Formats: sequence, C-alpha cells, structure tokens
Amino acid sequence: MEQRAVKKLVESISKTVKSFKKNEIECLVRLYYSLVGKASGKLANARMDCNTFRGILHNIFGMTDDALMNRVFFVFDKDSDNHVNVQEWVNGLAVFLRGTFEEKMKFCFEVYYLTGDGYISREKIFDMLKNSLSQQSPEDENDEGIKELVDLSLKKMDYDNDGKISFADFEKAVTKDRLLLEAFGPCLPDAKICLHFEALIFRNNVTTTI
Amino acid sequence: MGVALSRSAQWTAAGYETGTLEITALNESILNEIIEFVEPFVYKYPQEAKFVFIEPLEWKTNLEPSAFESGYIVSETTAKSEEVDKDGEPLLLLCVPNIKVRSFGQLSQFLSFAKDNKLQEAQACIEANREPMVKILGSYYDEMTDDPPTITILDSITSDQDMHNKRKIAILLKQLDLHLLNHSLKHISEGIRLNPATFKKDIELLKRYSGKGDETVLESIDYTSDYEFSNGCRAPPWRQSQGEVCYVIVKPHDVDALCLTCSAEGVFLNGGKTEEEGEINYERQGEIYKDLVTCLKDKSPVFSENMSKHELRFSEDQQKDSDTYDKPKIEEVQSSVTSSDKSKTEKSQISFGKSPMTKRLEPSLNWRATVDYKEKGSAKDSQEEKQGKAEKSSTSVSSGRAQLLRKSGEKVEETASESSSESEEDEEPPDHRQEANADLPSEYWQIQKLVKYLKGGNQTATVIALCSMRDFNLAQETCQLAIRDVGGLEVLINLLDTDEVKCKIGSLKILKEISHNPQIRRNIVDLGGLPIMVNILDSPHKSLKCLAAETIANVAKFKRARRAVRHHGGITKLVALLDCGHHSTEPTQPSLYETRDVEVARCGAQALWSCSKSHSNKEAIRKAGGIPLLARLLKTSHEDMLIPVVGTLQECASEENYRAAIKAERIIENLVKNLNSENEQLQEHCAMAIYQCAEDEETRDLVRQHGGLKPLASLLNNTDNKERLAAVTGAIWKCSISKENVIKFREYKAIETLVGLLTDQPEEVLVNVVGALGECCQEYENRVIVRRCGGIQPLVNLLVGINQALLVNVTKAVGACAVDPESMSIIDRLDGVRLLWSLLKNPHPDVKASAAWALCPCIENAKDAGEMVRSFVGGLELVVNLLKSDNKEVLASVCAAITNIAKDQENLAVITDHGVVPLLSKLANTNNDKLRRHLAEAISRCCMWGRNRVAFGEHKAVAPLVRYLKSNDTNVHRATAQALYQLSEDADNCITMHENGAVKLLLDMVGSPDQDLQEAAAGCISNIRRLALATEKARYT
Repeated sequence: MEQRAVKKLVESISKTVKSFKKNEIECLVRLYYSLVGKASGKLANARMDCNTFRGILHNIFGMTDDALMNRVFFVFDKDSDNHVNVQEWVNGLAVFLRGTFEEKMKFCFEVYYLTGDGYISREKIFDMLKNSLSQQSPEDENDEGIKELVDLSLKKMDYDNDGKISFADFEKAVTKDRLLLEAFGPCLPDAKICLHFEALIFRNNVTTTI
Repeated sequence: MGVALSRSAQWTAAGYETGTLEITALNESILNEIIEFVEPFVYKYPQEAKFVFIEPLEWKTNLEPSAFESGYIVSETTAKSEEVDKDGEPLLLLCVPNIKVRSFGQLSQFLSFAKDNKLQEAQACIEANREPMVKILGSYYDEMTDDPPTITILDSITSDQDMHNKRKIAILLKQLDLHLLNHSLKHISEGIRLNPATFKKDIELLKRYSGKGDETVLESIDYTSDYEFSNGCRAPPWRQSQGEVCYVIVKPHDVDALCLTCSAEGVFLNGGKTEEEGEINYERQGEIYKDLVTCLKDKSPVFSENMSKHELRFSEDQQKDSDTYDKPKIEEVQSSVTSSDKSKTEKSQISFGKSPMTKRLEPSLNWRATVDYKEKGSAKDSQEEKQGKAEKSSTSVSSGRAQLLRKSGEKVEETASESSSESEEDEEPPDHRQEANADLPSEYWQIQKLVKYLKGGNQTATVIALCSMRDFNLAQETCQLAIRDVGGLEVLINLLDTDEVKCKIGSLKILKEISHNPQIRRNIVDLGGLPIMVNILDSPHKSLKCLAAETIANVAKFKRARRAVRHHGGITKLVALLDCGHHSTEPTQPSLYETRDVEVARCGAQALWSCSKSHSNKEAIRKAGGIPLLARLLKTSHEDMLIPVVGTLQECASEENYRAAIKAERIIENLVKNLNSENEQLQEHCAMAIYQCAEDEETRDLVRQHGGLKPLASLLNNTDNKERLAAVTGAIWKCSISKENVIKFREYKAIETLVGLLTDQPEEVLVNVVGALGECCQEYENRVIVRRCGGIQPLVNLLVGINQALLVNVTKAVGACAVDPESMSIIDRLDGVRLLWSLLKNPHPDVKASAAWALCPCIENAKDAGEMVRSFVGGLELVVNLLKSDNKEVLASVCAAITNIAKDQENLAVITDHGVVPLLSKLANTNNDKLRRHLAEAISRCCMWGRNRVAFGEHKAVAPLVRYLKSNDTNVHRATAQALYQLSEDADNCITMHENGAVKLLLDMVGSPDQDLQEAAAGCISNIRRLALATEKARYT
C-alpha cells in the first residue's frame, strides 16, 4: 500500500473518529491491511470477511462464543455487505477500546437485538443464554432452567413489562447496574486485553514512524 | 530469643496467657542454653550488663531474701540491689515471692545465688515473660531482626552510650536466638521419624511378628492398597496432599480389626473401610499417636503385653533400620527450618491456617463440574421440597466440618499470636439455622434457585443471577441466612477466586451487604473468605478494591477476623489504599467499573477503622506507615472520608506510639477543625481522639492554641446524642488537667454546664463530667462556681454509686470541693464524709485511695472534725487497718488521712490503741517518695501522744527515716525533718539518728530556703546536741 494513499485514508477517517489520534488511526489502518493481506494474499481492495474477523476476535480479544462473535461482526459491519471495511474497522475499534459508557451500551444492545424491530425479545434471550448452563443434565430440564433464567433477566430489565427489552429498558437497567452491560454474553473485550492491544499496536507505530 | 521461644519451645496447650513450659528434654536444653548465656554475661560484657531494661522482668521466685549476699539490702521479706538506675530505683527488687530484675548484671547475679534452682528460676522467668525481647529492649526491637534501617534511624535519633548498649544487646539476643533455634533443631531432627520409609519398616517388622498363635503380637497387619507410589506412599494422591502416607488394616488378638491412617502427623484411627465399595472413610476418629506401635499399644492390651516381650528385639531391629533412613530426613528438616527461619513466624501460621481451607475451597473455575451433583438432586419443581431438606442437611454437615477445621486452625493461631485488648462482640453467638421443617419464606426458594445458577451457570448466567440476588432485601436477616443456608456463601466466596471481574464485583456487592450480619461474618471467616478478599486489594480495578475493603470493614468486626486480616498481610495493603490518588503517574485503566481515587482511600480507611480495634493491628498500621497517610487524608473536607479516618485515629490513640505520632504529624489541629463540622458522628470521633491524646500536656496546650476548647464547650449544650456527649465531656476532662485550659473553660461558662450534666446522664458521661469538675475544682474560683450552681449536692449523691471509675472521680471532686470551708459545711450537712468513709471499704484500691485522699481536706476543714470522726463507729480501726494494704497509693493516702485524724488528741489516742505505731514503722522501708512524705508526716503527728516517740524507736522506724533525707524531694525532706525533730525528743532515737549519720544530712537541710525545713532540722540538731552535752556533763561530774 502506498504511503500517500494511507495518509489520505487516515485523513478522511479522522474526520469522523475523534477518540483516536491520527497516528493511532494510521496504526489501525496498517494493522487492518496487514491482517487482511495475510488472509487474502493481495493488499489492494482487500476486505475483511466474517471468518477473518472472528479469528481476530478470538485470537486478539479472547472471545470464545461463536454465536456472539457473529453478532459482533454484524454490528461492526454497518453497511451489511458481509465485510468489514477499513472505516468500519476503525469505528468499531473506537467503541471497543475507547468507547464511552453510552457508546458501549449502544454497541451491546445492537449486538443483542441484532436485526429486527429494535427489541430484544424473549426468544432472542433464550437463544443467547441457551449455552449458559451445564449441559450434563437432560435437555428438557436444561431448557427449563434456561427459561427461568430468561424470566429472571426479563424481570430485571423489562421495565415496561411488555415481554421484551427496548433500548430504553436496557439503558435504564444498565445505568442502574453496570454489571448488566454484557447481560447476555461477553461482547466487549476485557480491559486488560485492550490495554495490551493498545500497547502493542501503538508502540509499533512509534518505532515505524521514527 | 523471641523466635526460638515462640516456635521451638513446647508450650502446654493451656492457652497463651497461662501457658507453662512442658517439661521436655527440648525445653530443658533450651533453658540450659539461656542460663549459659545469662550467667557469664556480667563478665563477658560488663558494659552491656549495666543496661537497664525498658520494663523489668517479673516472676515469682522461690529464692529467699536470705540467699542474697553482699551488694544487696536484705530484710525479712524483701531484698533489693544497691545498684540503682538513674532514678534511684534498685535494679533488682525482691518482695517475696515476686521479683523484678532490670539488668543483665543483676540477672547473672541472681542466677549465681539461685545455685541448684537455676533451671526452675529460668523456667519461671520465661513463663512469666513471654516476650522477653520486648521487655528488655522495647517493642521497636522485637521485630528488628532483618530490618537494619529501623535501627539506624533509632540510632541517629539518640546516639548516646545507652543506645549503643541497647543495640549491642539486641545483637547478642539475636545471636542467642539463632543459637537456640539451631540447638532445638538438633533435638527436633532426632525426634522426627515419620516418613513413608519408617512406616514401611514398622509395618514390615510388625508383619514379621504377626500370625496365629499366642506369642505373636498381632493376628495380621495389611496395607489397604497394594500399589506403592514412587515416593513410598500408598495413599491416593489427593490424600497425600494431607500428609497421609498409607492405610493399614490391623487385626489384633483381642479386639476387632482396626483401620489406621499413617500420616506425617502420626497414626490415628480412621472411619474404616466400607464393605461393599471398598472405600475408606478418611475422617479421623480418635487421637493422633506418635507412631504405629504406640497406637496399637493403646488399642490392644494383648499387643501391648506381647510387645513388651518382643520389645527389645523389635526396638533393636527398628534402630538398625532407622539408622539408614535418618540421615536424609535430618537434612530435609534442616533445610525446611532454615528456610522458614527467614520468613517470619507469621508466615508459617498462614500456611497452617490456610491448608484446611484450601482443601474446602477449590475455586470453581470449571463452571460445569460443580453443577452436576446439585442438578441430579434438583429434578422437578414437585420434588423441590424434598431437595430443600436434603440440601439443608448437607450444608449443616459441611459447616460442622468447617467448625472442626476452624478449631484446629485456631489452636495454632492462639498459641502464636498475642492477645488483643478488645472485648466487644468477641463472644461467638450460637449458630442459628432455620429449622428444616419450619415455614420457610418464599425468598428462601427464590434465593435457592439463584444460587443454583451461580453454581451451574457460566459467566453470563452468574452475572444475571448475582444482579437478581441484589434485588432481594439483603439487609433482611431471612435473606442473609437463606443465602448461607442454601450454600450460597461458599459459591460467592469461590467466585472471588476466579478471573472474572464482573463476577467478583457482583459477588462482593452481595457479600458487602450480608456481612452486616454477625453470623454471616463468622461464616465468611470460617470459609476462608478473608485471605481472598485481602488478595483482591491488589487488583488493578479500583472498584474491586473498594468493594473488597468495604466488605473487610464489615467482616473485621470481631477478633478472629481482624487477626486473619493481619496475618494475610491485609493491613499493609489497606494502608496502601490510603495512598491512592497521590500517584498520578499510575496509568488509569479505562474500564467501565471504575471509581474515584478518593473513594478507594475512603474504603481503605473504613476497613482500617474496623481492624484498628485490635492492639496488634494498630501496631501493624503504624509500621505500614499509616499515620502520615491518615494525617494527609484528614486535611480533606469530605465528611464520609473524615469519619473513618478520625475513627481509626481515635481507636489507635489508645497507644502511646500513636499519641506521639499524632502530636508530631500535627493532627490535633485538624481534629480541632473538624469539631466544628456539622456531622455529629465526626464531632464525636474527634472529641474521642482528643480525649485519648490529651493525657499529654503538650497536646492539651495544642488543643487550646488551635482554639479547640470553645467548640468543646459549646458542644456540651447539646445533650441528645449521648455518645457524642460522652466523648466531648471526656475531652473536656482531659483538657482541664491543664490550668490554662480551665481558665478558658470558665470563660466559656463550661463549668456551669458541666454541673447541669451531673443528673440524668448515663454513667459514661457522668464519669467524664465528674472527672472534669474534679480538675476544675482545684481552683478557688471554680469551686465557688460549682457551689453556687448547686453542684455539691449531686456530687455527694453520686458517692453511693458502684461504678469504680465514677467513684474515683467523684471522690476526687468531692475532696477538691472540701478544701473550701463553706463547701465543706454543705458536704458535712449532706453526710458526705460518712459516705466517703464507707468507700474505704470498697474492694478496689483506686477507690480506697481516692476516698482517703478526699477525706483529708474534709477532716481539715470540718467544724468539730474530731467529734465527727469519732462518730463513725469502727471508722478509725478501719483506717488503721488499711495500713496493711500493699498498694502504695492506698498507703500514702491513708497516711495522709491519719496525719489529719491525729490532729485531734482523743482520736490519736484511739488510733494508737489500734496499733498505728507498729504499722507505720513497718512501712518505713520504702523508696516511694510520695509514701515517704506522707508517712513521715503521719509519724511526726503520731509522736504527739504518750510514749509513741519511744515506740517508733523500738519498732526501728528511725534509721530508715534518716535515709529519707537522701531523697531528692524537698517535700520528703521537710516532712522527714519534722518527724525526726519530734522523734529526737527521745534520747535513744537521738543515738540512732546520730549513728545513721543524720547530723551531717540535717546540717545541709539547715541551709535550705524552706523555712519549715530549716526550723525542723535545726530543732532536731539542737536536741541531738543537747543530749551529747548532757552525756558529756554526766561523764565529767
């Protein structure tokens, strides 16, 4: 990739993303291309597909749940073209690494409701929680337990008692108790991992630019 | 020798305070080593031998005073050394049977006098002085071991000869300590033989002598398992971690087969092997024996009998075998001891205390493994009732086991840790659990369900369950106990050991709430929750630190918990929290669950406040550098921060070290400032801290200089909050010890208010109010105020109380008032003198002394005092008999009272009949200047009757009196000269005085600026001289 093209790209991205400095954006852009390049072999017009992205989530950010990783991918992929482009990549990481509480809340809500009417429905919750209990017990019994767990979470978060969680509900519950931010599964990286990641990527920047 | 004594010496199990050294070979040799160290000390280190101990070593001796030789002043029941310290106190003082020794020189001397009883004396000394290092060198040096900076700092402060000696002695003692440890090591290594190899040999030997027939010792002896691990053990690996080596089934001739566990600790009977599954019940069923043979001897009489026949052969064989195995073992022990030698005693305790806990608390990192056994039982809703019962019984069993473990853990701690002074909430409340059949509230079942998710869910499910649990009213006891009873506590504590920040936060939030319940606190400690929470204090997440500190603050409300916090290094970590926010270099971690630095410091202070109720913790906080940090936090203006900070300081101010530091760190200024705060609790703690610190004169002045007296005085007007009132009056009491402060208080009209508080107040308040009035009434103006405000009546009324502290203060206050004749007439009218007199019968010496002091001005100022005194039936006899007391203060006060009583001739006659003369004479051999003065005054008064002068001479009171003239106290001189003047009216006394060199001393006194002293000394000399002239005249005519 040419130096100039990268600079141009960084300029354009930095207009929308405020939480990173320019040199930091440059690092992220370079990282994007190096990650994509490894997977596809050529640099120009490279786009990150779901598999590559999940690999990154798993290897760098320590996420394990496949279903949730897919969901995170879809939230990153704003234009729904099944690929995460550079712009989306930097935008997503801005929330991941430097997001305010509100941004993260919005991000999590999007991960959980995914598509549809803007509500997290009982069925969706069930889907997300179905692996959260030990599976050694018989299936119907396990389902019973999860159903109860879903009820518990709805009781906790469904403030308007309509059987589903709206963003207003979610916001209210999470503001009241921050632990509920990732109520239906981990979709944000651990703070420690973020620190590591930043240290690693942005330190590289210093060495390359000098 | 501290370490050697606390670790190696074998104390009996009788508890720490009253513990005695067991008579074992090891102890005896340790004692002998100590004797060998002490006895030649005076020759080896003559300079250091003169060093005066910080505190005397005291114990009960069997040595008679007569055993002492030259260099000692010996009487019938006492002996003291002629060698004295700077203050003239003898370095060795024996009052049969108690002995106090204050230098190594005297210790060596003493041992040489003890001759054959050296060992007993050394033992008694060590038993009575469990921390000799502290007594000899002061607490600084106790733990100086590997901490040279402390010494150098101390040295730089005072670099005189004394300090040098002190340091030298510290080094010598350290050497002795090491020597003792090495010495005892030899003994221990001879004792230990329990390793797999020895068991194997023992069992093989016994096998050789087993079989059918009468001659054999056993019918059979067999291992339960044929498989031998490479380390020689046959126990399964998870039991090996408990130190268990193998299990044997022994069939003796006379009793049923025994299933025994051979472990590193010894041999004991286990629960036996179950028939069907072949599983061994590993639980210990009986006591632990030191080896297999002793165990079997105890269990089977036939074995014991037959064994004695084979004994010789057996032990020979055993010896032969053991020789080969002993050597590596010794090395092993040695290396382990030397390594533990470096770490402090505390560390070894931790591992002791922890090992039973770690077994119980395998962190459930594996979310799935823990759930299955619960899930099996839980089945369907319809079966829930049944399952509840089952679970109940299982938890109670486990708690029983926990208790057992706790007991054994405690024993270890008890023997090694010092006792703490605190008493509140230390009694263990009976564990009350909800009856299985009782009607359980619906919360119970809901909580049980949630706990199920905690046990069986992954992180997500756990967080949901934790959040839901917090929706219950956790302040309610039913919920708190429900969580415990369904096994929730264990899970919550396990969660703390995971890596999941969110789970930890959620769990701590619940623990923080439910630990307000005293029973839950104890359960948390029993389950080993404290060490984990202490570890969390190191976490990079501030909110985690906060929650852990807050939970510790709740849990550490009782002694055992506080000790646990200290032993796991919690105090240092908590002190470190106070420092938060002052290191801006530390990168702030961008996390969702963060709080402010101030909050961290606040939580730290909160936890320290709870912990600071233990004496040792106060010391630990100081050592961790907590005082400057607290002082810095005190400068903030957040009330919720100030309360725990001042609370901690107030708790700690009971220690001398802290009071000095509080003065040095300029904390008083801020305490005074916060007296003006709006918050009642804060005011209370500030006043309390001032109360503790104002024992010191400089501090009292500081309080005045910073304008603290006015807020104190104005706080008196608000009497609703009794705790605060008690603290405020306490501060006023202590502050009013300084005259300048009293003047201020008068300005602020505090005295009138105090008088108003004499009625309708709780005792804590009364003690302080009366104490303050007692101080104020030392001055005339204040006495007038008290009288004018009608304070005398309520004061006299308080004389009938039973609270000892109150009585001491009331008598003092009444005595102070009685100095004014006008007030005295009121006291007399209220029959106050009779009440005071009856307090002489109070069992407590402080009350007796204080009452006797108060009587002095009463008798002095009452009209018809002689008549009044006579009117108390048996009163005079009572007073005279108090001269038999052994409390110096009582004696001095009674002497003073007698001086006043004896002013009346008739009363003097009565007390003479009650034998006052011999009793006074007996007291003459004292070093206490206060007693000397009042004794001399009493003697001089009592001389005024009959042949008392002669009687004092006959009872040998004269010679000791002459020695009083060598004292440094002019008051003693005056009183003594007057007494001698009176006594010199008798010729024999003159001779005694002359013989004891009184003339020279009296001649010096004639030159004194004190007129009374001059006059009395001159009179005495003239009497002696006149006698001399008369004899000369007689000789020549």
